[in-house]
Amino acid sequence: MDWQALFLTLRLASITTAILLLVAVPVGALLVLGRSRWLAALEAFAALPLVLPPTVLGFFLLVLLGPRTGFGRLLTATLGHPLAFSFTGLVVGSVIYSLPFAVQPIVAGFTAVNPALVDAARLLGARSGRIVLSVLAPLARRSILAAVVLSFLHTVGEFGVVLMLGGDIPGATRTLSIVLYNQVENFDYAAANRTAGVLLGLSLVALAAIYAFGRTRGGRRA
Amino acid sequence: MLEIAFDARRGSFHLQLECRFTTAWTVIFGPSGAGKSTLLRLLAGLDRDCVHTARVLYDGRLLSDSVSGIWLAPGRRATALVAQQPALFPHLSVRANVAYGLAHLDRAARTARVDEMLTLVGARDLAGRRPQHLSGGEAQRVALARALAPAPRLLLLDEPFSALDGTAADALLERLQSWLREHSVQTLQATHDATDAFITGAEVALLREGRLSAQGPAAEVLTAERARLTRHLNAI
Repeated sequence: MDWQALFLTLRLASITTAILLLVAVPVGALLVLGRSRWLAALEAFAALPLVLPPTVLGFFLLVLLGPRTGFGRLLTATLGHPLAFSFTGLVVGSVIYSLPFAVQPIVAGFTAVNPALVDAARLLGARSGRIVLSVLAPLARRSILAAVVLSFLHTVGEFGVVLMLGGDIPGATRTLSIVLYNQVENFDYAAANRTAGVLLGLSLVALAAIYAFGRTRGGRRA
Repeated sequence: MLEIAFDARRGSFHLQLECRFTTAWTVIFGPSGAGKSTLLRLLAGLDRDCVHTARVLYDGRLLSDSVSGIWLAPGRRATALVAQQPALFPHLSVRANVAYGLAHLDRAARTARVDEMLTLVGARDLAGRRPQHLSGGEAQRVALARALAPAPRLLLLDEPFSALDGTAADALLERLQSWLREHSVQTLQATHDATDAFITGAEVALLREGRLSAQGPAAEVLTAERARLTRHLNAI
């Protein structure tokens, strides 16, 4: 078992999930509560990674963050090193790649909240931030949990973006899915079995946790 | 005094009226679909999207004015709306629901205000309960307490006592009217039940298909309804 890759993968997934939670809750609230016609563009952007091949996304990010663009050169000058082929670069790529897996469940959860409750909060003087924290988020807690677990698992299993943007640098960008790919390429099926088993176990445990939470909270409607 | 001018559309429904309400309690009377709820929601600052032109002046303060682009947010109008559906926050206790609009008060003042409001509506003993454990009538009482807690200057009631039995509704209405008079809160009550208009002795604004068709004392405006109610009572 490549423990270094396992811990790097878990670290990447944890950081990505934390960032996504901070991003997806306000984005979801904006999409549900907002009225601007431009929100359709934001919704499309947030959903784009669902349909875009990971390698395409990885390629665009590689170019954008690399020395070929002004933005990439500015980032390199600011940070002192290029973002591509670094752990930080992987985090950026993972956040974008897993964005829809955080935003979509949260939007679905917020949309399911009775609009009369939002009106009631508004009438009582609550502004958008308070409505999100005191009404939408508590009532959509199961959707938020689903967003957290899906984002985490999606990042754990990420391959195309990681390979394009991060390469295969041990301790920096070599995640479990890269290790699995290498093991299969080397015909080391016993090791590949163990790695795949860890990925499968993680997914099963996390998904079971979501469903168990839903049931302990009074059935499937929470 | 409340001065209103609205031109609003929602789907095929068109609300167009211009009027002035000067009495402490006004009943907006009309059949279902006449635009009573739409009118109250617009006055509360909701549903701005369906407004074409609007002007709302309450005691000299502009709440809405499409000419100058003024549309005060719902929570900044000192206006409370109590609808037929109580819409209590299901994850909060009755006490927390009533306290929701009192975030600006310190804890002691908030607790005192919540107790005062729950006592007014006869729901003091429900403070620790969750909305799921309330009957329809209890939930409507709590919704009324929650709306009154932030001390609104204008109260909009959209058939808020529909789940209360007649005696309980009459008793609550009497207490409420007294409290509102004491605190100088002007009230608009939407209803399709003529008895509400006769019980409150209020001025009546008759709404039909989004237009104001009559305004004045209940005995004058609702003569047909009064005759119908008398006929029913005589038949018993």
